[in-house]
Amino acid sequence: MRVIAKIGEWFDARLQLAAPIREAVEHPVPKNTASWWYVFGSAALVVFALQFVTGILLALVYVPSAGEAWSSLQALNHDVRLGWFIRALHGWGSNFMVAIVLIHMMQVFLFGAYKFPRELTWIVGVLLLLMTLGMAFTGQVLRFDQDAYWGLGIGASIASRVPLIGDAVVKLMLGGPIIAGATLSRFFALHVFVVPGLLIAFVCVHVLMVLKLGINEWPMPGRIVTRATYLGEYHELTKRDGAPFLPYAAWKDAFFAAGVLLAVAACAVYFGPFGPTGQPDPTIIQTVPKPDYFFLWLYAVLSLLPPSMETPALLIGPVVIILALLLLPFLSGEGEKSWRRRPIAVMTVLLIAVALSTFTRLAEVAPWSPHMNAWSGDPIPQQMLKGTTALERQGALVFQAKQCRNCHALGDSGGERGPALDAVAVRLTQDQLIRQVIQGGGNMPAYGKNLSPAETTALVAFLQRLRPPGQAPAADASRGLVIDDGADRRPAGGR
Amino acid sequence: MSNEAKISRRGLFMKIGILFNGVVATALAVPIVQYVASSISRSRANGYLSWVSLGRAGDFPEGETRLATFRNPFVTPTDGKTADTACWVRRIEGEQFQVFAVNCAHLGCPVRWFPQSGLFMCPCHGGAYYRDGSRASGPPERGLFEYPIKIQNGEITIHAGELPTPGSASAKGTADKQTASLDSRTPCA
Repeated sequence: MRVIAKIGEWFDARLQLAAPIREAVEHPVPKNTASWWYVFGSAALVVFALQFVTGILLALVYVPSAGEAWSSLQALNHDVRLGWFIRALHGWGSNFMVAIVLIHMMQVFLFGAYKFPRELTWIVGVLLLLMTLGMAFTGQVLRFDQDAYWGLGIGASIASRVPLIGDAVVKLMLGGPIIAGATLSRFFALHVFVVPGLLIAFVCVHVLMVLKLGINEWPMPGRIVTRATYLGEYHELTKRDGAPFLPYAAWKDAFFAAGVLLAVAACAVYFGPFGPTGQPDPTIIQTVPKPDYFFLWLYAVLSLLPPSMETPALLIGPVVIILALLLLPFLSGEGEKSWRRRPIAVMTVLLIAVALSTFTRLAEVAPWSPHMNAWSGDPIPQQMLKGTTALERQGALVFQAKQCRNCHALGDSGGERGPALDAVAVRLTQDQLIRQVIQGGGNMPAYGKNLSPAETTALVAFLQRLRPPGQAPAADASRGLVIDDGADRRPAGGR
Repeated sequence: MSNEAKISRRGLFMKIGILFNGVVATALAVPIVQYVASSISRSRANGYLSWVSLGRAGDFPEGETRLATFRNPFVTPTDGKTADTACWVRRIEGEQFQVFAVNCAHLGCPVRWFPQSGLFMCPCHGGAYYRDGSRASGPPERGLFEYPIKIQNGEITIHAGELPTPGSASAKGTADKQTASLDSRTPCA
């Protein structure tokens, strides 16, 4: 042991780092910050370290070439001993990192930690969030499969909507006219050099400010932050009721970080690596590309926005959101920190959480996407064909053959792009059905050109049968009057 | 004059040294920016587009729409399969053709042709187009991207080479010129 101490002293006499490090880790923090709520920042840092190490390990085998990247991932999954595990660690690490960074941000927001004097810590944190999301997106591109290829196409389509410079932005992003070798090379450079370099630099600044300005004290309702008095009050608090960060608070960080690493490893072992899905061959168009989990909400938003609002929302939305986050500490840099006295802050977090999870859930189901194989894969439920006439059965054939089923469900199977048609005869009269089939409307294409009159007649005859037992079909009141020539029976609903 | 007195010889050299670095950095920045933006400047100077053959016109039956593939005219050694591109070729009749990009005009996902219903459908966000490429429904704001066509010596060639996006030069051709949707027609059955 004495030898080790001697070697340590030899190094420290030259490096002179022991004293500043000891001072940093033992600096006094308010005792009430030794809470499980304060462990997310350090956990994010530890997962980042895991990503750094596993990223280097993957780079030992991965080939950043559009012609070979996919095969090198296959080699990692199947040929290289435990290559699948390192890929899984890196993939699950990225999911955990995004999640922990978001939870950390939410906690900082609810605890008012962005207020004076920690405005810049928050701003750097917002930039770190953007870089983390940037790493998630560029990482998805490096998993160079069908999803990555078409995901880049979506990115290019969004970029091309920028007025005036859209085309130039696309060429710069792709490194050429198409998604190809140059595209993967530059996303590799971004993912491996540019963004991680910036991340490391900004993490250092972020942590340095936490050390210099102190950990945010546990917010007490009624303890108001003012620029004039806060620094003195905080100093007084750490003196009166403080404890050295190590080990008083740091043990919880250590436990949580180890738990998170264990969870990442458990997910990696249990669920395995992500993809790669099909080969990045643009001539294989039988694919349904979907983004990774953390961009699913965006996929949903892009499907649900009215077309006219899409471009403004895509181009202005991110600017507004990022500006709002960056300006937050200047707009409410003082005042109440406790979430108990900040109902709007709590509601905002809840609203964002509910909105994001709703959109994510919707994107998992993707009701707006036609089921491309439903017309040939989902048969018409038998009970809908019982007792039908020849004309109606012919209509059922037309219904399947013309891919109506891709967008309309029957008996809970089929597409959800349009409404389910199990009870369409209750909603629409014969005339309305004909009009809808031929002219389209709402969100339905017009089929007038692709159906002969005989096919339309058969199809509508089949659709008119689709109603639950005991429910009357829709009827046109005025038509009943005309046909019955003013007879006294009520035309609608009475049958 | 008192200010001048404060500038020492070494202080002046330091300032000149910083200025010198600034000049060199600016001079170096010019080729660096040109290098980084080369993919843009190349597109403006020579253009990436050229005429590509899709094969003999006779191979495409009249009244049908078929998938065709071509090798992008601009390739780099590491492109692999990504330089292969697919497109939809519609032979209306005789020498009348339409060639559509597979990329949906909404966000670029690959659309599929369904001959039975005469529709192109996009698997991503549910965009649909009629057989002539005009918009049928869903989020796209326009018809499918259409390549300019020439038929020479019985071969069908298209002017291609860029990923078609709403902002690209190759996307100026649009299928919306024939927006013969039936929306304005009266029901006929």
